[in-house]
Amino acid sequence: MAASAAVTANYVLKPPPYPLDALEPHMSKQTLEFHWGKHHRAYVDNLKKQVLGSELEGKPLEHIIQNTYNNGDLLPPFNNAAQAWNHEFFWESMKPGGGGKPSGELLALLERDFTSYEKFYDEFNAAAATQFGAGWAWLAYADNKLKVVKTPNAVNPLVLGSFPLLTIDVWEHAYYLDFQNRRPDYIKTFMNNLVSCEAVSSRLEAAKAASS
Amino acid sequence: MAIRSLASRRTLAGLKETSSRLLGLRSIQTFTLPDLPYDYSALEPAISGEIMQIHHQKHHQAYVTNYNNALEQLDQAVNKGDASAVVKLQSAIKFNGGGHVNHSIFWKNLAPVKEGGGEPPKGALGGAIDTHFGSLKVLVKKMSAEGAALQGSGWVWLGLDKELKKLVVDTTANQDPLVTKGGSLVPLVGIDVWEHAYYLQYKNVRPEYLKNVWKVINWKYASEVYEKECK
Repeated sequence: MAASAAVTANYVLKPPPYPLDALEPHMSKQTLEFHWGKHHRAYVDNLKKQVLGSELEGKPLEHIIQNTYNNGDLLPPFNNAAQAWNHEFFWESMKPGGGGKPSGELLALLERDFTSYEKFYDEFNAAAATQFGAGWAWLAYADNKLKVVKTPNAVNPLVLGSFPLLTIDVWEHAYYLDFQNRRPDYIKTFMNNLVSCEAVSSRLEAAKAASS
Repeated sequence: MAIRSLASRRTLAGLKETSSRLLGLRSIQTFTLPDLPYDYSALEPAISGEIMQIHHQKHHQAYVTNYNNALEQLDQAVNKGDASAVVKLQSAIKFNGGGHVNHSIFWKNLAPVKEGGGEPPKGALGGAIDTHFGSLKVLVKKMSAEGAALQGSGWVWLGLDKELKKLVVDTTANQDPLVTKGGSLVPLVGIDVWEHAYYLQYKNVRPEYLKNVWKVINWKYASEVYEKECK
């Protein structure tokens, strides 16, 4: 299932589609330098080492993710593969000057499936705030409906049979330098100032096309 | 109503407890954040004062607050006989109660260098470590490796299996207490490997945190627990 054309990633550390300081003051350059430059890089490098010489070597990232999820009894390469995918998806979920209420088809579906953008906002915030420990919160598309999903550690909606449309990383490393323990402030800042509605909308189009 | 406005919170709590008992209802005990037996900066340079303060005043406090809330809701659900609500509250109790239990142990597992932090264990525990692992160095290497390899959030533990009478190294995810890995396991030393425990100082380099934390591990406390459980 090709959930997102943008994330093919043959184990390449793709830079975010903006300079590392471009999301300031909402997400600091220092955070990007560590989060992308160290954490994301390590997942990619470790994945390469891990699949070298195995039957998974050279397979697309999404293939590795689906084949190592193993119904939740995760095989060793899952963590690195899924985290490599998740982080690339995360950078592309944000943009400088982003955030706020979307328009067009995306808004229409949010209003259809959540009653209002505000209700979606609250539900997404709550999911991100209550994912205990490390994990992610998502807007996803499945069965022709939008829904909010939260996942632990490296799990993502691909393995749950859904198309991811938007994500926020709620591992502590994603927000600790800028917000310390204040995860709710980080989530609000992400929603109000960072979300790329364009990215979400184009992923939605792809998801609808793939579902029809 | 006038009595309520004059009564202090403690008096109200006392009245509530009395009326609960008269009605035959249990009153719940709530929890408070334990004080640290040392200053926030006392574990430097192994763990920064900034981390200690946020870790204690924000993270641990939040577990205590949320645990108390969950327990109050549980009390109400139990009294109402609302089985679904009782079951639904279990994860909040596990997360937050576990967080309170684990961190309460952690603060005692740490000590400033001038109060014995980092001094190797002597006596019965020292002997047991040599017997079960070969040496303290081997134990430290094992715990550090397991702590570094833990994916996501969790803890690495040295525990005593009371039944099998042996020391074990194990990890738990999130805020699961060690006892969730085995009913006869007693925690002796726990090391928090949630990112909040080290990020401001060590950033992504968890192994460096694990290398340095041993300089402030309070083996005296671990020995006391060990000797008490071995009686």
